[in-house]
Amino acid sequence: MKGLLAWPQWLWAQLRHEVLVLPSRSFIFFAALLLLVLPFFYDDPYVLRIITMTAIFAIFAASWDLLAGFTGQVNFGHALFFGVGAYTSALLSYHLGWVPLLTVPLGAALAMVTGVLVGIPCLRLRGSYLSLATLAFPLILTGVLFAFPDFSGGELGVSGLKRIMVGSVGNYYVAVVLMLLLCFGMWKIGDSNTGLIFHAIREDEVACRASGINTTRYKLLAFALSGLFAGLAGALFAHFMRVAGPSSLEVALSFQVVIWGIFGGIATIYGPVVAVFVLYPLTEILASFDIFKEIRLLIFAVIVLLVLLFMPQGLTPWIRDKIELVCPRCKNRNVFSRHQCRLCGAELR
Amino acid sequence: MFQDILISGLVNSGVYALLALGFSLIFGVARIVNIAHTAFYMLAAFALYGLLVVGGMPLLLAIPLAVVAVVALSLVCYKLVIEPVRQHESAVLIATIALALIFQESLLVSFGGSFLGIPNAVEGVTSIIGVRVSYQRLIVLAVVAVTLVATWYLLNRTRLGLAIRAAANDQEIANLMGINVSRVAMYTVGISVALAAIAGVVVAPVFVVDPLMWLAPLVTMLAIVVLGGLGSLKGSVIGAFIIGYVEAITVFAVPSGSYLKGAVALSIMIVVLLLRPEGLFGVVFEEER
Repeated sequence: MKGLLAWPQWLWAQLRHEVLVLPSRSFIFFAALLLLVLPFFYDDPYVLRIITMTAIFAIFAASWDLLAGFTGQVNFGHALFFGVGAYTSALLSYHLGWVPLLTVPLGAALAMVTGVLVGIPCLRLRGSYLSLATLAFPLILTGVLFAFPDFSGGELGVSGLKRIMVGSVGNYYVAVVLMLLLCFGMWKIGDSNTGLIFHAIREDEVACRASGINTTRYKLLAFALSGLFAGLAGALFAHFMRVAGPSSLEVALSFQVVIWGIFGGIATIYGPVVAVFVLYPLTEILASFDIFKEIRLLIFAVIVLLVLLFMPQGLTPWIRDKIELVCPRCKNRNVFSRHQCRLCGAELR
Repeated sequence: MFQDILISGLVNSGVYALLALGFSLIFGVARIVNIAHTAFYMLAAFALYGLLVVGGMPLLLAIPLAVVAVVALSLVCYKLVIEPVRQHESAVLIATIALALIFQESLLVSFGGSFLGIPNAVEGVTSIIGVRVSYQRLIVLAVVAVTLVATWYLLNRTRLGLAIRAAANDQEIANLMGINVSRVAMYTVGISVALAAIAGVVVAPVFVVDPLMWLAPLVTMLAIVVLGGLGSLKGSVIGAFIIGYVEAITVFAVPSGSYLKGAVALSIMIVVLLLRPEGLFGVVFEEER
């Protein structure tokens, strides 16, 4: 009985001392709450559909950040994992008639295996070589899929898949709850010991190896984790759109995720998520106006370019530096209005 | 079939060589991974279409005008968009992606998404070792050969070429030797885009012109550059011939080869990278470990 009572107290203490003291964390907390309660007072299917897609792409963008931002393996072919997840779950459900509850995890698992398989040749490559070589992988898979049109559906892809849930509210909750859980999980990975090693590999791999860290294992781990999350996003996307086609392997999608990741700010996890939540609905809203329909991608590219000229580090780091101060002594973050650090009492600024 | 492979491989390889050479130059000197490189190739093709078909200009005037216009545009883009964010590598990367998207969408809005044709400079076909080759393809070959030789001369026999090679070798030392590295970078951007624009202008009558024509050569070009070794000019040209011929052989000799041509070319690139991670003629940069 006492344990049951202590639980909400602990939760409230966590909330007060870890979340509400920082404006960035409180913003994300309230945004997540808003996403969870939104369908109760606003259930326009069109808006819910856009947010569902946004949530799926947010998982995808965050998984890119785990590999490219944290570990520094800037992947230009991230659509490979998305496409493997989408095609696996679509083909299993099309040829064998399995339910999404089985096919989605299997799609994610195969994408994870793909991550390791792609990671092994990439171990030898660095920097720009790695980026440009990874661009090739989704295109090789596209070529192979096109060469066997009876199995893969060729250029039309596999269509008529089963829905995960009936109705837009059900799908909305599946996507949004999974997005919140997975992105929080990825953020925790980035914050953990493993994440620290990922950071170290990006900064200086030789020094990292000299410190006795098996960088090979950690790089493969980053590829596997990133593939897993991206594959999950791809499988969800396939079942949500009810079609898995070659567009899920396109160069454009790989570039899109690079834009989301860098626009939001790399090595943050929440950065790419915020970027997707800003940019994806923006293009959809622009598309709903007739005058902007033709030029929505143009407007998208111009906005990305202009924002980058003013915030070359990305959107979220720029905003975070404006509303929060780093304590010069203990390196913890404080709200900008404080004069003393909330943890060590040192004078700020 | 053998002769088909020989001729069509030669034409494609030549075009790829021009593109890859430009990309290598800009990467070597300025360390910019210029995703928009083939977008300039596309812009040149569209500029030619605009001047020749819409504007009704004579061909000999339209070609140099198109090349000069595209080079001028690239220098403006470099000054306005790339130079301010040069210190942030990732920002440069998406700046070039965004530029390519802007070009693609502007062309889509102004010309529409349909395939456009440009009339050949010289009509007619001739026969070489039993293959019918149009004169336009011969012109492509001649222009590519002349441009490659001119670039070689510029880089190896002039003071500007020496400065470019020095800056590519080591920026800081080049700076200490009194080379204005940022101006050399400007010149390099100009030369590199000029190579892409020349490629775009000569192939426009051979291939169809549409606002998505930059994507396919982009991937092939990147594969060539990685295969030959990033920043290596010799590697880019040799890589272009390897990939060009591999594509031609797959298309003519393998069933459903036109789907697989990209896959085979890219697989070869990956195999080479596994054996030699720095590419065929690449050098390992010590400071970039």
